[in-house]
Amino acid sequence: MVKIHERKFVSCDPDKCVGCQICEYACSYTKEKAFNPIKSRIRVVRQNQVVNMAVACRLCEEPACVAACPRDALTQSDETGTIMIDKDKCNGCGWCIEACDYGAMMLHPETKTVYTCDLCKEKTDGPQCVKWCPEEALTVVTSDVLAQKARISAIKKLFQEKKQQ
Amino acid sequence: MEDTNLNGYAGRVLYVDLTTGKTRTEKLNEDFAKKYIGGIGLGMRFWLANSKAGVDAYSADNPLVLALGPISGTMFPTGGNGHAFISKSPATGGVGEAVSHGTFGAELKRAGYDAVILTGKSDRPVFLWIDDDSVQLLDAAHLMGKSPSETEDTIKDEIGDYYIRVASIGLAGEKLSKIACIINEKTRAAGRTGLGGVMGSKNLKAIAVRGTRDIVPAKPDEFMDLVREYHERMKGPATQKYRTLGTVENILINNDQFCMPTRNYRNAHFEDAASVSGEAVNERYVAKIIACSSCPMRCEHEAVIRDGAYKGTMARIEYESLWAMGPYTGVSKLDAIIKAAELCNFYGMDAQSAGVTVGFVMDCHEKGILTHDDLTGIDAHFGNAEALLQLLEKMGKREGIGDMLADGVKAAAEKIGKGSDKLAQQIKGLEVTGYDLRCLKTAALASAVSFRGADQNRSNAYAVDLKGKVDRLKAEKGRGKIVKDLEDTYALLDSIMICKNARGTLYKETQDMAKIYNLATGYDIAPEELAAAGERINTLARLINIREGKSRKDDTLPWKVMNEPIPDDGPVKGAVVTQDELDLLLDDYYESRGWTLEGVPPSTKLKQLGMDDLSGIVESKQEA
Repeated sequence: MVKIHERKFVSCDPDKCVGCQICEYACSYTKEKAFNPIKSRIRVVRQNQVVNMAVACRLCEEPACVAACPRDALTQSDETGTIMIDKDKCNGCGWCIEACDYGAMMLHPETKTVYTCDLCKEKTDGPQCVKWCPEEALTVVTSDVLAQKARISAIKKLFQEKKQQ
Repeated sequence: MEDTNLNGYAGRVLYVDLTTGKTRTEKLNEDFAKKYIGGIGLGMRFWLANSKAGVDAYSADNPLVLALGPISGTMFPTGGNGHAFISKSPATGGVGEAVSHGTFGAELKRAGYDAVILTGKSDRPVFLWIDDDSVQLLDAAHLMGKSPSETEDTIKDEIGDYYIRVASIGLAGEKLSKIACIINEKTRAAGRTGLGGVMGSKNLKAIAVRGTRDIVPAKPDEFMDLVREYHERMKGPATQKYRTLGTVENILINNDQFCMPTRNYRNAHFEDAASVSGEAVNERYVAKIIACSSCPMRCEHEAVIRDGAYKGTMARIEYESLWAMGPYTGVSKLDAIIKAAELCNFYGMDAQSAGVTVGFVMDCHEKGILTHDDLTGIDAHFGNAEALLQLLEKMGKREGIGDMLADGVKAAAEKIGKGSDKLAQQIKGLEVTGYDLRCLKTAALASAVSFRGADQNRSNAYAVDLKGKVDRLKAEKGRGKIVKDLEDTYALLDSIMICKNARGTLYKETQDMAKIYNLATGYDIAPEELAAAGERINTLARLINIREGKSRKDDTLPWKVMNEPIPDDGPVKGAVVTQDELDLLLDDYYESRGWTLEGVPPSTKLKQLGMDDLSGIVESKQEA
């Protein structure tokens, strides 16, 4: 069994994201063989021209989507932490969509069941959005590593500022 | 849901009659599609088929066409995201077209349309809401007076879907300004030829689109391999300029070459260029470079002003807008220039034409043609940033002197008289662009013959001059062929709809375009056939202009370009284009196109291009 802290998810750095939606196209093509952002597991938000960020499932420790499902259609993989959806049980009621604070759970326009990022489990080279992102804004990362990076950049900034003073 | 074929083309055209409110779809005419490809080519063909000769640009009988390319909606870099508006231009009286990129075009393709043909005129303000197959005209009374950005936000809020894409006009378009543009996604504009005014004349405030269909290229795996290859190409030198400083890099380059029109063509060199350079604007104001949908190059430089008098201003900044608001008006305050660009977005005015119009007013004022009283107290001398902003406000609202100026320099000069037409730097009624044509003679020819008026986007002939491939001060035979070939390539780019900033990634131009086109559509068109389509599209535009009464006499240059030599000490001092030089260039160009010396494509040429159906337009005009 994989410990929670080793779970990796797709994270987006808003400083790097330019809102190009290539992740959406790459995702929908990988998963559905079509270019169609509404079938993408990752979605881009352009809040205004200078604030751009992509969002995908964060593999929460206590996933609200799983808890919200009255039909037990959702489970979290012990191995990877991804949310697994039993399509036979899901009736598209959308409680999991409502429960997710990140908008990472979506209702498929044709199957009428929910879907979310599974880290491209069928691909040996991992999530395709990350491969395609031209800005290297997307990474597959654990929250521990994100915290490490944040610490390092904070310290760097601190000492740079000290130097300049 | 009606069947659509989404291999490349959607296979459907939407007709909207704004007079009756009725809408219908028709199957895409495949003959048109193959001959005119998409974008401006297909759009112009649809416009021609749906209009009568001599139609007034602002009458209900002038259709406004919105057209996409065959690869719109795909992941192909820059190609998936464009759209074109086509109509009769109120500014030129000839064919008007303007291309924009963003996400709007991709969304419309996913709704299942290759083109939307808007005819008639609504008796009240409306906006068009295209929700896949559901098409409605909704009340827009509450949107009137709003900026395109506010319009977009309001529509999204009201319908309750934040992925709706919107193209709309601002106050300038509502008030039928001939320099009004159509803006999508807040900062992208189908800018030139006044098509925002045409939209306004139909009482159509906005087009909002949501499309949810799949887009699948005919050969998906090969198509994806190609996309991957272009992602690599876009990391290379071909796009470096756009990825780094952006087009504003041209300020210092053009200034060093003495080819940057300054103070309404009084100079070709701006002494304050360093303070408005691309380097300066990037260092001080560019907060973020963002991308259109599917583009790994990303080139949209967003300038943000964080303090001072214009705190909170945000505008996309490009060479042409920076040049028009800056050097062309003699203004060297960068923050005011960015504010000016934002005002143009707010009112929905083409920043190029608006800046050139302000430069014209300043010239008129300094020459005493427009007095302090005429200008209701605006101190319109060159270099006055406040006057620049005041004049733009007046133009946007059509207030006072702005009422006359909102129609651009040609119309303004006709009203002002007093020889002001000599100061109105325009071709066919469209304001000039940021390249001094006196010292760029290939570009001078290209601008003179450009079907939509003064332009650097119908061909990049200026680059031939500036890169030293030819003697830029010399008018000689051979330039006609150069311009023709560039125009044909550019017409194709705007018809397949690949962003011109990405043109460098098409190493083999037509061969590369044919490959992209064929993988998307499943057709098997040879590069030569596609090249012929480029020629056909330029010929089509010429035919439209002929039908609307234009001839060789309209292929001319602004007065100053032909009468006021460059005064600045430097490599091109004294440069000017004489009538003899222009005549030589025009003869050479028409000859290379196989047209008569009057610039009329003979019916034999039309037959050769498979355009016999249009030979009626030239029948009486071939004898010259």
